[in-house]
Formats: sequence, structure tokens, C-alpha cells
Amino acid sequence: MSTSSTTVPALLDVTDVSKSFGTVQVLRSVSLQVARGEVVTVIGPSGSGKTTLLRCVNFLESYDSGSIRIDGKEVGFRETGARQRRSERDLAAMRAETGMVFQSFNLFPHLTAAGNIMLGLTKVRGKSRAEARTIAEHWLGRVGLAHKADSLPAELSGGQQQRVGIARAVAMGPKILLLDEITSALDPELVGEVLEVVRSLAEDGMTMVMVTHEMAFARDASSRIIFMADGGVSAAGPPAEILAADTDNERLRTFLARFRASHF
Amino acid sequence: MLIQIAYALPFLAQGFALTLWVSLLVVVFSLIAGVIMGVGLVYGPVPLQWAVRIFSDTIRGIPILVLIFFVYYGLPAVGLHLPSFWAAVLALTLFKTAQVVEYLRGAVGSIPRGQSEAAMAIGLTFRQRLAYVIFPQAFRRFLPPWINGVTDAVKGSALVSLLGITDLMQAINQVIGRTYEAMPLYVLGALIYFAVNYALSLASRRLERRFSFIRE
Repeated sequence: MSTSSTTVPALLDVTDVSKSFGTVQVLRSVSLQVARGEVVTVIGPSGSGKTTLLRCVNFLESYDSGSIRIDGKEVGFRETGARQRRSERDLAAMRAETGMVFQSFNLFPHLTAAGNIMLGLTKVRGKSRAEARTIAEHWLGRVGLAHKADSLPAELSGGQQQRVGIARAVAMGPKILLLDEITSALDPELVGEVLEVVRSLAEDGMTMVMVTHEMAFARDASSRIIFMADGGVSAAGPPAEILAADTDNERLRTFLARFRASHF
Repeated sequence: MLIQIAYALPFLAQGFALTLWVSLLVVVFSLIAGVIMGVGLVYGPVPLQWAVRIFSDTIRGIPILVLIFFVYYGLPAVGLHLPSFWAAVLALTLFKTAQVVEYLRGAVGSIPRGQSEAAMAIGLTFRQRLAYVIFPQAFRRFLPPWINGVTDAVKGSALVSLLGITDLMQAINQVIGRTYEAMPLYVLGALIYFAVNYALSLASRRLERRFSFIRE
């Protein structure tokens, strides 16, 4: 925190978070601060804990020690006394403050594109169906799918499904958006349309943490890049610094070299 | 001969009504109990999962006839005296509940984990996730085996005649006892059971089609 250039507390404050799956430690004392409006990209080899970290932020996964705060509020555990998991109701309310977009889209197949977006608005935000529909149509328009409001997910391409996935997350008005390898399951020609949506959200000032293998996009769109290796933060800094070929972090250099080699 | 049978029809109709009544009670009770226990099996804490697992495996390993006699003749030994009708309903319900648990586990288990996670991520509570995301999708997979189970319940209800309850089966036997017309009466009984179950299968197929738009 001493390196923070402002006095405004971070929107997302991850402090010393550790987690093990059985004997395998997947997160080792990870700390990470994200300021309002920042776009932070997490890169690293598979198994480095990137996705697990993201899933801890909205408590899809619990963690063994440390603290994760959004806007000053502890995410998964009660603030007082012993470390105690929040109630189901509290957890649901906390999760509604973070949006998440998944690698495999995870749209609800029995609901239309608009229905997917409206579910959280009506059941969690308490909007009327008419209000929710208006909001859903607004966000579908934003992701270029106004004409697909009444299509079922199975009738949409992968890129369109993922754009609905993004619209579903942002329509809830989250404080922070988590993007978990959202283009990894897409055909290459569909990646661009999804990244374009993310870019426009970034321009609007949406705070985002994304895990991605799209290095070019990470370089252009993020304010900071975090490199994770073996469950810990191995390097962090502005894109130009992290993605420089001559970095003196050996693990990062190997990762980037291997990455470049495999993407030609 | 036909006149004798025609004369017995109101009596048979009473038996048929009782068959339907027993079936309906068993189907409704087992659906409620089975869904609750099935949710416990899939989502509950480990001790609850174990309890449901043991219940389901035990019940499904016992012949239904043994279960009926156990409830009627066995339970009085521990102070639980049930009238024959309710003993029969309880035994059939236990049997059916164990099956509903398995249908539910199969149907809910077939929904990808990502569906629950996406529902969590937008802030739905556990009950909301079940009601709006999991059950609507699981329904299509739950329905065929369940309707099959309902037809089994209608057929299985004939066993209550063994406790002296005058259902369709028992009514037929009594009329045969008076008229000695076994063949036509059993054919008539078979046709009635068949008509009920065939109608159920038709309804099931129609419902399945209605929900076939859900693709993963």
C-alpha cells in the first residue's frame, strides 16, 4: 500500500490471500489492489492460480487465509469476530456487486438473451419486468445485439453468446467486472467482437480484472498487468514494463518467450 | 355373464376410484419428499448426503411387498399402528420416494456446474438458483423417468389389495369370487390399468416435446 500514489482506498483490496486444494497450494499470499476505473490484466501459465484468484474475488471459491475487500467490505467472511462465512443471503448480496463473465459463457439455455439479463434484475435488484426489459434492451444494444433480444442462447454464435454474457454481468451495475478467459473458448474470428465490447466498457470507466491470453489486447487495454506464477504474484506493473522482452524476471521472460513462440 | 359383470360395474368403479386415490397420494407425497431429499443429496452437508444415500439404497433394496408387510405388520411392534389404507400409502410412498431421489439426483447432476456459478455470480440465493436456473433445466430430464415412475405407482398400487383394501384389483377378485368369470374380468382390469398408464405416457411425451427447446 505504501506504493499507492493516491489516498483513495482501493476498490478491490486483496491482501495475503492463500488457498490450497488438498496438498496443492494454488494461491500463496497474493496481494493486489485495484483502483476505481482501473483495468488490471492477470497473465501467467496455466495452473498459476489466475482463475482461482478471480473466483475468490466473488467467492465462487473460498480461501484459507487473508482478506478480500471490495469497497472496504470483506467479501466472503463476516467482519466481526472469528473467521466465519457469511450467510447465504449476505453472500448473494455481495456477489451481486461483482459481475463475472465466464470462459464457457454459462448463459441460461432456457431463457432468451433478454431473459438472461432480466433474471438478476428482477429477482436480485427487484425491478419490474418492464424496467428490467428496458435495461436488458439497453445493454443488448451496447453489445450490438439489440435484434437478438428474444433469441435463445442455442440460436446465437459463440461470440454473440459471450456478448450476452457480458451484458448480463454489467446490467446488474456491478462495482467491478471479472473476466475469466472470456475469449478462450471462441473461434479466432469471433474474438475481436468480444474484445471490442470490453474495450468500450473500459473507456466508460468500468473497473475490471481480467484473466486473458490475448497479450496484444492486454497491452492496449490494461492499466496494469499482473504476472502470476506458482500461485503468487511474480511481477506487476504497466504493460510496457511487464511485456518487455528483456525483463529481468526469469519466469516472466520464459513465459513470454514460450507464449510468443506458440502464437506464430 | 355380461349382465353379471355389468351389475358389478359400480362396485368396480369404486375400486378404481380407490386405486386412483392411493396412486395420487403416493405420487404427490413421494414427489415432495423425494425432491427435498434429492436436493439434500446433491447440495446438502455430508452427513445429510449420507443419510439420504442410506435411506435410498436401503429402500430400493427391499421388495415392495416386503415393505408393505413390514409397515403394516411390523411397525405395530414398535407401537405404530396404522390403518391398512395408510400403511399401504406409507409403504408405497417410501418406495417411490427413494426412486424420486434418484431421478432428481440424475436430472440436477446433468446440469453443468457453470449454470450454478453463473446464477451465483448475478447474486441469486440458493433457493432462487434452484427455482429459476436449475429446476427449469432439470425438469426435462426429470420428467420421463418420473412419469414412468407414476405408471409404476399405479400398477404397484394393486399390491394394497393384499392388505384387504378394496382397490380395483381387490374389487375384481371379489366379483370373480361371486361370478367365477375370471377371464373377462381380468381382461377388463388389465384394460383399465393400461388405459390410465397409456394416457400418462402420452401426456409425458407431449410435455417433453414442449420443453425440448432447451439445449445445452
